Amino acid sequence: MSKTPQKDRSLPFFGVPKLFPYVKQYKKQLLSMVVLGLLGSDVLLPLFQRYAINHYVGEKTLDTLPLFILLYFGCVVFMAVMNYFATFKACCVEVWIDRDLRNLAFDHLQTLSFSYFNQNSVGYIHSRVMSDTQRIGVLFSWSLMDCVWHGTYLIGAVVIMLIVNARLALLVMLVLPLIVLLYSIFQTKLVRVNRRVREINSKITGNFNEGITGARTIKTLAIEDKMDRDFVADTAEMRRTSVRAARLRGLFAVTMSFASSLALAIVLWKGGAIAESEIGTFTMFMSYAQGMMEPVRWIIDAISDLITTQVNIERLTRLLETESDVTDTPEVIERYGDSFKPKRENWEELHGDVEFDDVSFRYPDGEETVLEHFDLKIPFGSNIAIVGETGAGKSTLVNLICRFYEPTEGRVLIDGRDARERSQLWLHSNIGYVLQTPHLFSGTVRENLLYGNPDATQEQIDRALELVSATEVVARLEKGLDSDVGEGGDLLSTGEKQLLSFARAILTDPKILVLDEATSSVDTMTEQKIQSAIETVIRGRTSIVIAHRLSTVQNADRILVVKSGRIVEQGTHRELLALNGYYKELYTRQYEDEATASVLG
Amino acid sequence: MKQAENEKVNRRRKAALIRDFLRGSKRYFAVAILSASVASLAELVNPQIIRVALDHVIGSRPTDALAAPVRALLERAGGAAYLRAHLYVMALAIVVVAAFGVLGQYLFRVCNTKGAESLVKTMRDRLYAHIARLPFGWHMKNHTGDVIQRCTSDIDTLKRFVSEQLTSVFRIVILLILSLVFMLSMDPLLTLIAFIPMPLIIAYSLRFHRRIGEGFLDCDENEGKLSAMAQENLTGVRVVRAFGRERYEKDRFEAHNEYYTGLWVKLSRVMSTYWSSADVFSGTQVLLVLVFGAVFCLRGRLQPGEYVAFLSYNQMLVWPIRMLGRMISEMSKAGVSIDRIQYIMDAEEERDKPGAADADMSGDIRFEHVSFGYEGCPELLHDIDFTIPAGTTLGILGGTGSGKTTLMALLDKLYLLEAGKGRITIGGTALEDIRTEHLRRNIGIVLQEPYLFSRTLEENIAITRPELTREEVREAARAACLDETIESFAKGYETFVGERGVTLSGGQKQRAAIARMLTQDAPIMIFDDSLSAVDTETDARIRAELQKRFGRATIILISHRITTLSRADRILVLDRGRIAEQGTHDELKAGGGIYQKIYEIQSGAGEEAAV
Repeated sequence: MSKTPQKDRSLPFFGVPKLFPYVKQYKKQLLSMVVLGLLGSDVLLPLFQRYAINHYVGEKTLDTLPLFILLYFGCVVFMAVMNYFATFKACCVEVWIDRDLRNLAFDHLQTLSFSYFNQNSVGYIHSRVMSDTQRIGVLFSWSLMDCVWHGTYLIGAVVIMLIVNARLALLVMLVLPLIVLLYSIFQTKLVRVNRRVREINSKITGNFNEGITGARTIKTLAIEDKMDRDFVADTAEMRRTSVRAARLRGLFAVTMSFASSLALAIVLWKGGAIAESEIGTFTMFMSYAQGMMEPVRWIIDAISDLITTQVNIERLTRLLETESDVTDTPEVIERYGDSFKPKRENWEELHGDVEFDDVSFRYPDGEETVLEHFDLKIPFGSNIAIVGETGAGKSTLVNLICRFYEPTEGRVLIDGRDARERSQLWLHSNIGYVLQTPHLFSGTVRENLLYGNPDATQEQIDRALELVSATEVVARLEKGLDSDVGEGGDLLSTGEKQLLSFARAILTDPKILVLDEATSSVDTMTEQKIQSAIETVIRGRTSIVIAHRLSTVQNADRILVVKSGRIVEQGTHRELLALNGYYKELYTRQYEDEATASVLG
Repeated sequence: MKQAENEKVNRRRKAALIRDFLRGSKRYFAVAILSASVASLAELVNPQIIRVALDHVIGSRPTDALAAPVRALLERAGGAAYLRAHLYVMALAIVVVAAFGVLGQYLFRVCNTKGAESLVKTMRDRLYAHIARLPFGWHMKNHTGDVIQRCTSDIDTLKRFVSEQLTSVFRIVILLILSLVFMLSMDPLLTLIAFIPMPLIIAYSLRFHRRIGEGFLDCDENEGKLSAMAQENLTGVRVVRAFGRERYEKDRFEAHNEYYTGLWVKLSRVMSTYWSSADVFSGTQVLLVLVFGAVFCLRGRLQPGEYVAFLSYNQMLVWPIRMLGRMISEMSKAGVSIDRIQYIMDAEEERDKPGAADADMSGDIRFEHVSFGYEGCPELLHDIDFTIPAGTTLGILGGTGSGKTTLMALLDKLYLLEAGKGRITIGGTALEDIRTEHLRRNIGIVLQEPYLFSRTLEENIAITRPELTREEVREAARAACLDETIESFAKGYETFVGERGVTLSGGQKQRAAIARMLTQDAPIMIFDDSLSAVDTETDARIRAELQKRFGRATIILISHRITTLSRADRILVLDRGRIAEQGTHDELKAGGGIYQKIYEIQSGAGEEAAV
């Protein structure tokens, strides 16, 4: 995966063959959809008209009328029934393909390593899962059906006209190539101008966003007028472009309808003589000549859809083909199972010793080696603190211990064995992880607490809440454990979320605990609660704490000091202070901050 | 009674708002409707040409039966016999009429779009300008997401309403009326037969679309849920992995995906049923006209040409009729959107007191017994009274919630003081007598978490003065210790803030905001904890630079760092909304108060910790 934006390659057959494996199972549905669509075509109706006029009006007899009515009505009903099944099938195929691809993409994402998530924004990945799949679903259903319906009409009309009066038919068809040519020219322009309209539109949305979230700054800088002017320039461009698009679309639609009038004129001019004997046949020609233009448009639209969807196919298949940087070997999967089908019966118990053995590490998308021949023993029960400024790279060690990344060289040993000898899920199931920005899922408090251990009993939940002094938090909520936490836990304060995420981690009773202390400000009471929660939680476990608080740091068995991605100092609190280096500087500043804050209340 | 009256007033206000928005776009819509009439007329004339051709030119019906002007036209073109031999003249007539129709169509589309786009532009421009001028308190009270939604999707709904639904309904109605006239002129009874099923078809479609609306809403909602689920999984990917819950996530997503798909399948069944049954209705209506027309022809009531024309008209109406129900059912959404936009437009903009003027901003700043609390909240500042002599620096020390940021917001008139709750003056002029724009232009503020606009760095720095040259912008950046950093970016000053892949650190943002303030050249400058994310060395360099450039400016420094505050001419310690201490650094550090305590902590921390 390179970091430069990749140009979308041109795929053979617009990439459609790449999707065959995924739509294979709908072969039958697709086939029956096409056949039903063929049968439901209304291309034969003008023939009824022809008969009615030629026979009843021309020959002045009503002899077959009841049969005619029956047949016509029967035909209408038959078509309706065929189209009912055809459209229903098309709808189903659309949503089923959509669903399957979405599942595939989502499931595949669960197996990809963190480097993928670091290199692609959530928004980008999200639209692969949600919108690309949708576009592809439409391609296999409605674009296909448009071709079937309108193709049938077009071919049927041409064939019937040729049979009835080949000369007139050929004259009428003279208009067709003209239309195709014109539309092909318009189409590319239309696609371009439509894209431009979308771009400006999102820019305007962005402007609104800025005007609202940046209101304070706009006011204090007193730049309302300037912002207005810039905004008006954007909306003016929007209007200009939209009108240009409307001109193009209008020109195109107008050519279409003019062409159908042209075809009508040809029928009258060259076919008027037919009307002397058979008005019905003349009328039929009128219908087909005028009805031929629309289908051409639909078919070209479907083709252009296919071309534009190519990008979506390309992006989605690229996601599906991306391989994880961190994978379990087949032998490991054989023994321990994969993330979706674990073989828990074969899992050994995890004791809790962690060791870095001559580890070197470089991030897959980075150029610098951030760890070089690093050795560190973390025996069970010990407490490691990692300190450093924001953005200094404190998460690297944690990422390696959790096997979110694998060492470039050397080994990370868990209980004396290379982490790669066991499955990822085995390791993750034994590690508790509390994030700096606590992430809760929408749902109830209970659902969130049970996230890591769905089998926890009510007593276990109560005890965990008590341990981290979150009992009150839950008691305060209207429905207690069954209260909704909102999207991303929005209905709770940061401090509350923090406490609940501690409880969530404890419920899994992990041997190894990874903790990223919160830096965001919470009120003093909560602060103290979190502090004591941390102290309680790390007892009796191997813990790695990305520390911001003095007490955590002081009591740690070992402190690693990180600067610009590298470990620059390590030792106990005392040893490091005696060093009189970077740690002391950090510590001093933090001490000041905390003391100042406590004086100011 | 009162309620009814309120409603009336509200409705009148809404109508006024729409009228106001429509100003400038009305004429386009008028032309559009006129063009649509021309287009419909042309579309309906062509079957008449065919009819005359079939009955009178190719057929042998005498021309006496025709209306006088049509007959005259026919005679002028050479008479029926001539035309029969020269059918191309009739064909040409079709082409000429079609040309008019096509012109009408084109004008309709373009004018309709012009109208709609002008309307949308007016709405957006007005909203944007209005929102920028709403008092800051309004912004604090309203959710960002909600306001943005009103400015985007509600505007879109209104645009669709005007440009697609409203004009389409007009077009369809015009077509209906005109074709009714033509059809009546040929055979009133057959017209009646053709039109009888139409209200039924419209009503059926209307009912169906109302019903299906809920189904769509349900689908949309569940799509939203599914989308949120994917979003949460992606943002929470660390938690998912750390707890080894991939399986659970997969099952949950797939289950909801299945449910959502099922909803669509259910809805599809209803839609397919509707489409097919509507097909049967329309087909039956066509059959009716076909059969009765044939019978009427046989009886001599109707001429074959008229019959063919009739069938053409009938064919033209099938789709518009079916569309009408859908249009009407969708139009109901627009009312809600207008209400939501009106909510914003009804809010009162900030306004200067009459007589407010530009004042000299280089005078003393005085807070006279100022007390303040946010609307509906307890009082936050109590009896604040101090003076900042012109050209001096004031330091403010205070904890979270002490009211220091509010104090600065008051100075910048982001909030207004209530009558009797004190006064703030600059150079002797009360704030309310100073033009707000003038005031804010002359006060430069750098916040702890500054907001940068999604433009290039150069545009950001020069946002108050776009006329500045690159060199002047660089000069400001240099003073803020940002020049080197910017030059290290691939695109330098052209770097777009917020672009994917380029993220400025907190410290870089603060320095960019300082550079931005420097170009403002304001006589009053406020640094609200704004060097917190900058390392000590850079902090000192920036301050030295500032000192050099702005010897005469009045500066307010908010910080909890004694080294920063100690350079101030005077220092104020705020504690829970009151002035706890004030004086110079030397006075306060021995004053036995909060300041002294903090001074001791910060100067002695190093040694103490080492012990």
